[in-house]
Parts: sequence; C-alpha cells; structure tokens
Amino acid sequence: MAFGYIRQFLASEAFKNTGREIRDVVPRLVKFVCFVQVTKTHLLTVALCYGPSMLPTIGLAGNNLCLAERISTRFDRIGVGDIVMVRSPEAPRKTVVKRLIATEGQSVTYVVDPKNGDRSETIVVPKGHVWVEGDNIYASRDSRNFGPVPYGLVEGRIFWRIWPPKDFGSLEQSKRKDMDS
Amino acid sequence: MGTRSGLWNFGNKFFTCGIIGLYVSDRFSSVAPVRGSSMSPTLNPGTTSLMGLPIDDYVLVEKRCLQSYKFSHGDVVVFRSPSNHKESHIKRITALPGEWIGTRRSYDVVKIPEGHCWVEGDNSSSSLDSKSFGPIPLGLVQGRVTHIVWPPQRMGAVERITPQDTISSS
Repeated sequence: MAFGYIRQFLASEAFKNTGREIRDVVPRLVKFVCFVQVTKTHLLTVALCYGPSMLPTIGLAGNNLCLAERISTRFDRIGVGDIVMVRSPEAPRKTVVKRLIATEGQSVTYVVDPKNGDRSETIVVPKGHVWVEGDNIYASRDSRNFGPVPYGLVEGRIFWRIWPPKDFGSLEQSKRKDMDS
Repeated sequence: MGTRSGLWNFGNKFFTCGIIGLYVSDRFSSVAPVRGSSMSPTLNPGTTSLMGLPIDDYVLVEKRCLQSYKFSHGDVVVFRSPSNHKESHIKRITALPGEWIGTRRSYDVVKIPEGHCWVEGDNSSSSLDSKSFGPIPLGLVQGRVTHIVWPPQRMGAVERITPQDTISSS
C-alpha cells in the first residue's frame, strides 16, 4: 500500500517540480558557499577585534569589527607600522591582532617590563621573522613575551574598520599619527 | 553570438570548478610533491625510478586537523619553514607541548614551549629540522600527510611511527 503511494508520489507533478527546484538551487548554493570561503581564505576577511592590547587604536569603544586583507601578506607587501593578524605561537587556535614593529634584519629595542622599571633590551630580528607588539604595551602579550614570530604565522593586514559605525574608515590614519609621534 | 555564449558557459564552468577545487584543497585535502631525501625510508626512498631518474612521491595532505590543531606523536606534517615562509617542509612530529626532548648531537634536554612542537626527519643524517632551528609553532603546520598517491606501486598509507629515543614527561 505504502509502496503504491510512494510510486504515485514519484510520478506526480509536484515531485517533479521539487526535484527541478532542488537541482536548480543546490549547485548555486554550493557555488556561493565555496566562493565565500575562498574569498575569506585568500582575499578578504572580517575580524572581530577585542581586548585591551591594541588600545587606543582598536577597542576604544568596545569590540571592533574590522576588514583584513590577505593579499599583501602573500606578496610580501607588509611593512613596518601595519596592523597584522598573527596566529598566536602559544595557542595555535587563536589569532591575535598586533602592530608590526620590525621585519627581518632590523634591530628592535623594547622595554622588558614597562610596569616595573624601564630596563630595555635590543635584539636583531632573525631571518624570516617579524616583531609584533600591541599599541598598549602595558596590557599586551606579544613579541616581548614570546620573541620574534615566523612570517608564516602572519595571516593578514587589518586596514578598514566597519564597526562601530562612527569610526567607520581606514586605519592608515592612526598608523601615520603613530609614526610621527 | 553563439561563440560568445559558449565562451561565457565555458568561463562559468571553469570558474565554478576552480572555486570548488580551491575550497576542497584549502579545507579538506590536497596533493603535494615530496622533494629531497630527508624523510627517506618513509617518503622518497630512492628505489622507484623511471629510466634511471628517481621519481618523487606525491602525498595526500589532510587539512581537517587544522580545525583543532590536535596532533599526536609520529604524525607526518607539512609546515612552512620558520626562516622562509615560501618554503614548505615535510617532517615527523616527535614531541608535543610540555614534553622534554633530548637532542642526539648535543647532550642537553629542551622543554617544548606551549603551542610548539618538535619536528624531525626520518633520515636524521640529511635533514634540516628542529635540531637546527628549534621547536616550531604549531600554527605553521599546513596539514597532515596521510597517504602516498603516486607512483602507483608505492600507493598506501603513511604510518604513524613513535620514535624510541625521546624522554617524555608531563
């Protein structure tokens, strides 16, 4: 009996229509998902930045939503002063946002523990590594703790803030201001 | 008119295939050639040859492990070189975070920091590995090697070998 019903249903017009719709929609959906994922891994991604380590550039008014691009990392176009996303060397599942202070071969002087004392050290960044620091050196876990970071861990450059709306705009401005002071 | 729509169709199909292929190779698995003899008994043993020239092995690299970054001893992994991000190396993980490893050449014992691992080639005589550049961050790992797919006579799974000479403690 049930078998008959199923056969009737399979032969009906409604089934044919649903079948046609599914055949139409599924490839488009698959294509769309793939397109989004590929864009996210190779071109452009959205990053939610939080925490105090990049104050006052990022996080002054709560969490920020930023755009990050992955093209300049791939073609070695990252320069000193850029805000970069780095896969944390201590916890590989986390990504941290820091400012690039020095690239390979440059020497960098940093204050070891800014909260107590101003003892500073100078090191030369080894080949294929970069030195990253947070803008807020008092509350940032960065290269001063874990040393220079291999370039392979740099995942993207943050260049545009999209949330909150009143700060919508490029982040290059803050970089220039920082370099002047 | 007909050629234009044909061209458009072809372009559309090409784009679709490319994007799906890229997605699969980013997220699930991809195929990579193995160069050099640093993993010698396991990969590129130098026994297969075509008219005197040795053939490189091609391996299947699984990327699902990058969702959790959980690896175990003896996994063969592909990682970006810490000194040159454009190069990738294939080595075997011999120690995981929090463990101690004794290096064979110098007699000191190194503790692996959090989020790092110790990689070594199977052919220890000609291998550039953690013995020269120290522990590497797990974030550099690009995937885990699971199978050899080419040449056909060497097709098969890559085994997980746990080395004997490590000192491990929590």
